[in-house]
Amino acid sequence: MAKLTFSIGGIHPADSKIARERKIEVLPLPDRVYVSMFQHLGAMAKPVVAVGDTVKAGQIIAEPGGFISAYIHSPVSGTVRSIGPRKDLAGFMQMHIEIEVQGDEWAEGIDLTPELVTSIPEDRDFILDRIKMNGVVGLGGATFPTHVKLNPPPGKVAECLILNGAECEPFLTSDFRILLERTDEIVVGAAIMQKVLGGCPCVIGIEENKPEAIAAVRASVARLAYPGIRVEVLKKRYPQGGEKQLIDAVMHRQVKSGGLPIDVGAVVQNVATSLAVYEAVQKNKPLVTNVLTVTGDVLPAEKQHNYLFRIGVPLSFIAQYAGGVPEGAVKMVSGGPMMGKAIANLDATTVKGSSSILYLGKGTVRKAEGPCIRCGRCADACPMGLEPFLLKSLYKAGDLAALEENAAQDCIECGCCQYSCPSYIPLLDNIRMAKGQVMGVIRARNAKK
Amino acid sequence: MSNTIIWTIVILTVLGLLLSLVLFWVARKFRVEEDPRIDEIEKTLPGANCGGCGFAGCRAFADSAVKAGNLDANYCPVGGNEVMKQVAAILGCEIKEAAPLVAVVRCNGSCANRPRTNEYDGARSCKVKAALYGGDTGCLYGCLGCGDCVAACQFGALSMDPATGLPVVDESKCTACGKCVAACPKRVIELRKKGPRGMRVYVSCINKEKGPAARKACSAACIGCGLCAKTCQHDAITVTDNVAYIDFEKCKLCRECEAVCPTGAIHGVGFPKELDKEAVKKRIAERKEVKNG
Repeated sequence: MAKLTFSIGGIHPADSKIARERKIEVLPLPDRVYVSMFQHLGAMAKPVVAVGDTVKAGQIIAEPGGFISAYIHSPVSGTVRSIGPRKDLAGFMQMHIEIEVQGDEWAEGIDLTPELVTSIPEDRDFILDRIKMNGVVGLGGATFPTHVKLNPPPGKVAECLILNGAECEPFLTSDFRILLERTDEIVVGAAIMQKVLGGCPCVIGIEENKPEAIAAVRASVARLAYPGIRVEVLKKRYPQGGEKQLIDAVMHRQVKSGGLPIDVGAVVQNVATSLAVYEAVQKNKPLVTNVLTVTGDVLPAEKQHNYLFRIGVPLSFIAQYAGGVPEGAVKMVSGGPMMGKAIANLDATTVKGSSSILYLGKGTVRKAEGPCIRCGRCADACPMGLEPFLLKSLYKAGDLAALEENAAQDCIECGCCQYSCPSYIPLLDNIRMAKGQVMGVIRARNAKK
Repeated sequence: MSNTIIWTIVILTVLGLLLSLVLFWVARKFRVEEDPRIDEIEKTLPGANCGGCGFAGCRAFADSAVKAGNLDANYCPVGGNEVMKQVAAILGCEIKEAAPLVAVVRCNGSCANRPRTNEYDGARSCKVKAALYGGDTGCLYGCLGCGDCVAACQFGALSMDPATGLPVVDESKCTACGKCVAACPKRVIELRKKGPRGMRVYVSCINKEKGPAARKACSAACIGCGLCAKTCQHDAITVTDNVAYIDFEKCKLCRECEAVCPTGAIHGVGFPKELDKEAVKKRIAERKEVKNG
């Protein structure tokens, strides 16, 4: 069958999935965890526990701070030691709840048995409530609260649920591992989301460089026999896993500037989110665990791991457990090498959306910026059809009106332009700033209306 | 052939004369009466169009001053009192003399004081860097060192010191227009009174973290211990959010705070003599004894 892909732009970085053969291991618990109140898109969560309280794993410790926000649960059992600011990954101060780990006792009503539950609840509101109360957020990177995304505004109908198993970022293997090891749960999760969205068909998209996963998911889909679920093979191409790119590839529809996927009838969820939905609905288990890859080009293959971690575990603890920071590592990244964030502070803790600790060597240090030679490679590479060189110049000139006209707000920050620039111009760094400013202008204008 | 040339010249000359008459008439008919004082004031002003006064340029400044008829809302920091006196003479009004200000970099985070915890290799822009993360040191508040302030300065008064990685202000060139203050995403730069003969004392740190954390990030950070505030006899120092601030209106330049500061975060500049810390400390101790009887 033909392999699907998006229509414009894109690049082909080496996939470097060195940790793909490493089975998921359960990470032990540290002495203390620090749970961030800001691990989803939207408003900060508000703590509902006080210092000195005893909490069990899976107990709610923070409630949503707004409509777009999420519940946060204690990942461990123990005592709350402090609530206050602490440095996050990027070195910014963020509210954290510090919990001293004592034993590993889970809150009541959580099913921790491994049995697969295939019968899906009938009541749509019950499912949505479970997803909301268990703090499920999108695990593809943006951590958008899932219950909001699965509840389209009136008048909008979901025509297709797309499950994103592309994992187009080099190095990362966590999605690949769960596709292999938790296949059935992911497929049941997809069926649950189908149900919520009114029984629309579901496409599970997986990149061609994961043939084992494709075979496993196909077998599982056939075995479980939910109606309307099919697997599609995607071309290996970055950013195949971008929401808009995936919709283009699977449905051949383009989301217009400023629009949402639901405008073209699409809902895109990551496979890890599907697993979280399964656990939340069928097992009543809150989202306090996820899978992360410890990998990198300077890390020997035998030291690379895929870990099932609890949220709030310090990254330094994981790094230590995995054998310490390797020699020759000059960069540490959380997330993939294309879109991940630099780890400026190893004392930061894991959040719901953590997907990796990536050690990169000297070869990845950016070279000095040269002049633009007008080759146009950035414009060729941009999957959104923008002109990065132009946007950068407009940002430097401070021309906000022209930036909006040239759609700086549509940038998905995939980094293809910067990757393809032969003069090493930090295009994305500038466009990201421009996007922020233009979005501010647009928001201010909408607020006035 | 020569006929063509002659005719061309004649026609163009006549056309030119006619059009010039039209233009002359239009210029007369639609002339905008402008106060000649606007031009005069504009000529007096430095003409840097820096915007330091809060207006779009020198012309806008002159325009608003003439319209208002006084100088209550107008002050040219670049020209200073000298220029303002001339402007006042043209308008025939009084001016409020202002003490000259100067840009002050409130950060001690040199490479020696503030070890780098990571290396930044993104776009060389403080704005971009500040949006991305907390910076390449343990300090969230200090100078990022990419030189946005240097780029913003029209007067060439700022330069980066390669040894410390911090910007240096050339006082003779600084006009206190405030461009650098606006350009710094961390608000490290402040406009302070230049002080008598250039003497001034200030806290060269804005780290709001608690003492131990601030100290860990930078050995010359203000740790908010409050010793300076306790020592100050003039009530000029306040400590808010773990960082001390010296009110330059109240400061009497006694330099006692500078002597007692345990981390050396307080700087005194422009003084003819170097501070004898021990002598000042002795003086404070004696005063305390007298007070306690």
